[in-house]
Amino acid sequence: MATITPDKTLDASGLNCPLPVLKTKKALEELQSGQVLEVITTDPGAKADIPAFCNRTGHQLLETVEEGGKIIFYLRKK
Amino acid sequence: MATERLAIIATKGTLDMAYPPLILASTAASLGIEAAVFFTFYGLNIVHKKKVNELKIAPVGNPAMPMAFPPSMQNPITNTISSVLPGPPQIMGIIPGMTDLMSFMMKKTIKEHGVASIPELLEACKEADVKLIPCQMTMELFGYKYEDLIDGLEPPAGAATFINYVTEADKPMIIFV
Repeated sequence: MATITPDKTLDASGLNCPLPVLKTKKALEELQSGQVLEVITTDPGAKADIPAFCNRTGHQLLETVEEGGKIIFYLRKK
Repeated sequence: MATERLAIIATKGTLDMAYPPLILASTAASLGIEAAVFFTFYGLNIVHKKKVNELKIAPVGNPAMPMAFPPSMQNPITNTISSVLPGPPQIMGIIPGMTDLMSFMMKKTIKEHGVASIPELLEACKEADVKLIPCQMTMELFGYKYEDLIDGLEPPAGAATFINYVTEADKPMIIFV
């Protein structure tokens, strides 16, 4: 279990490439700098794509949790 | 920051070939890269108001096409068919309606797998400020008017406009689909 309390949660379960990344980008736009977004996804491709998105955009990937077929990311907005 | 631009040339008008340009353009824009898609030849159908809803996938000439049934249609019978046939036999492609059937099945599979539809990806591109540019020359060739195309496109343009768009960037990238 993650110990991070998110400011917002994006449930992208059941969605496939490129939707998790596109929706993450949009969800981050609604947050202030420093706030944390939780992204829940079931897309195995997101495991590489969300870190790539963070690497490129400068948002910080705090933690990745895998549980019961879900991959959950915690991102701190730049 | 130096401008980075991804310019994609979309020349194909089948359902499968409509995906790569739109996925790459919308994702690039999400990653902070300026992106444009130049629709030329059959690629114009991807931004044609009517034809965008009729994009098809053909079994003929496509030996890589798998015998994939949508999850909701998987049962012992369809599973047996899939295990015996790696893909739809080429000869089936000449049966009238087979291309429509395959396209229907593919769209159903796409939907059931949570993959975006082409109209959804076009919306995502527009929201992300991807420039969608129809090719003037091909529009005239095919008799497509600007009003036949979906809303939110750039004005029709030619090769020089596209090349200029690319070379204006400090870091240009081009993908041909």
